[in-house]
Amino acid sequence: MSTRKRKPGLYMATANRLVDGEVVFLATDGTWAEDVTAGAAVDEKAADDSLAAAERSADACVVVGPYLIEITRGADGAVWPTLYREQMRALGPSVRTDLGKQAGPSARRIISDVPL
Amino acid sequence: MYRYDEFDHTFVHERVAQFRGQVNRRLSGELSEEEFRPLRLMNGLYLQLHAYMLRVAVPYGTLSSRQMRMLAHIARRYDKGYAHFTTRQNIQYNWPALSDVADILHDLASVEMHALQTSGNCIRNVTADQYAGAAADEIEDPRIHAEVIRQWSSLHPEFSFLPRKFKIAVTGAPNDRAAVKVHDIGLRMLRGPSGEAGFEVMVGGGQGRTPMIAKTIREFLPKQHLISYLEAILRVYNLLGRRDNIYKARIKILVHEVGAEVFRDMVEDEWALIKGTPVELPPGEMERIRTYFAPPAFEALADLAPEFDRRRLVDPVFAAWTRTNLFEHRQPGYAIVNVSLKPEGGVPGDAEADQMDGIADLADRYSFGEIRVTHEQNLTLPHVRKTDLYALWQALQSLGLATANIGTVTDIIACPGLDYCSLANARSIPIAQQISQRFADMDRVHNIGELKIKISGCINACGHHHVGHIGILGVDKKGEEFYQITLGGDATETAAIGDIIGPAFPYDGVADAVETIVDTYVALRQNGERFVDTYRRLGGEPFKEKLYAAR
Repeated sequence: MSTRKRKPGLYMATANRLVDGEVVFLATDGTWAEDVTAGAAVDEKAADDSLAAAERSADACVVVGPYLIEITRGADGAVWPTLYREQMRALGPSVRTDLGKQAGPSARRIISDVPL
Repeated sequence: MYRYDEFDHTFVHERVAQFRGQVNRRLSGELSEEEFRPLRLMNGLYLQLHAYMLRVAVPYGTLSSRQMRMLAHIARRYDKGYAHFTTRQNIQYNWPALSDVADILHDLASVEMHALQTSGNCIRNVTADQYAGAAADEIEDPRIHAEVIRQWSSLHPEFSFLPRKFKIAVTGAPNDRAAVKVHDIGLRMLRGPSGEAGFEVMVGGGQGRTPMIAKTIREFLPKQHLISYLEAILRVYNLLGRRDNIYKARIKILVHEVGAEVFRDMVEDEWALIKGTPVELPPGEMERIRTYFAPPAFEALADLAPEFDRRRLVDPVFAAWTRTNLFEHRQPGYAIVNVSLKPEGGVPGDAEADQMDGIADLADRYSFGEIRVTHEQNLTLPHVRKTDLYALWQALQSLGLATANIGTVTDIIACPGLDYCSLANARSIPIAQQISQRFADMDRVHNIGELKIKISGCINACGHHHVGHIGILGVDKKGEEFYQITLGGDATETAAIGDIIGPAFPYDGVADAVETIVDTYVALRQNGERFVDTYRRLGGEPFKEKLYAAR
């Protein structure tokens, strides 16, 4: 595993679930959550460990294409992706708010905090 | 419609079984993602931003009602109840599970469909004029030749690993509705010196980061030599196309670098070696394929349809629809009907499963069971009796598919953009929706007249922005969505690449900018001028002035 110096901040491992392609986020217990707010946000020192765990999960054919995303934490502790591309990926298409994650409770939370 | 022979049936079913095994091996861990990726792509399966995406081929945009019903069934059973018609005349499903894809392909094979040649560096699904076999201005049905190309190119052993993907478009009429000049090879049917049908052969067109208009390398190619000539072009490209740089690997770069004349000489030299050899289409084969595209059993009708004219007089909404959504048919008493997939505020090219079933029923009732997909992301019912148009329009209204906006400011091409695509830098669809809502007044839309807006969410230009009268390209500027606007592009026989008009606009400023451009055109146009005519006459300055004066 290669380690790199990361800028200070919060990170979260994400991937697509192999069997159905669903966007998932690595949770504290090592399982994959569909909801970004259930993912484990870790600091820059722990980010490589998160990524390594995600890569092991990819090797075990649970997920595909793992990588780290930057995370922002609100005053109340809620987390969401920092970049709008990752917000989009966490939420589902902004043009179909009637189905999928866009229609879920965390989507409304994220959208109200960080309008796309 | 072309019907599979025994070979086609066996081949497609074997391919499904093969892919089912590959999926199972991937899920069990026998295949790594690196090993599996090229295999899934060869079967049209991508991994996009949110999920897998399956791109299904609709060869030359021709569908039967039976096939459309199967597409609806797949949307309903395996996806989220809708699908997206693309600028390549294909259809995409946005949410298939990997574990379902072999079953989807099996269902598709039952109606002679598949997802081959929708990805990878091969000759992609060939596209054609959506009015094929129906248009009054047609010299010959391009589907016959598109089908010949399909059969020749499917799993062609020499051309399955080209330097880059390769797209061929065919039009059978002098008026180009297939954007042939922005394809790797564009074929335009014309009459030769003795009146026989053949092709003008254009090479090296394309969009993407290096947009280029194709160069004519042969003014007239007798149609019986089509395959040997295409083979010669592909051989030259396969040998000399750059494999060291993905951004310079398309044939347009090769043609540009060596020059069209040198490229033509190389093709002609290669052709001289294979012309008249067994590479050519076997005698009788073209006629065999032609029988599959025999015209339907048209009735002998008078071209005038008094009931149709009466309805137009008494129902202005119907009359407006007939002005924008109909096209002249070659057969007296019939019309070509365009079904808009661009309702106000809708997602361009998206259709719900119920709408797909509804269109299939209407095709059976009114259009000999035939449907076409257009590269402008609409559908066409190619053969409708004029006396049936009012009833058809009413049925389309009940399906939410009767928007009278074909060729207008709200008939917008938009790629999936960042709402779905992992390559995108910015969203396309919401921009199209904003513009569509801004121009919701249909009287205003019809007053503006022909105007083609095309939107891409990244430089790959799937939304054809380079050839939009107004082109919009989404870019990422320091983590924010911005949109660069081009004016004066044209995808037809007078093809042109649009000019960048100035600095990009933020997400919230695009609809305002488009409205300013449109209002400037309306104020400056002279009698009968379309937007693109006014732009060509005046250039970009008046538009630039209005857009940026207040900045």
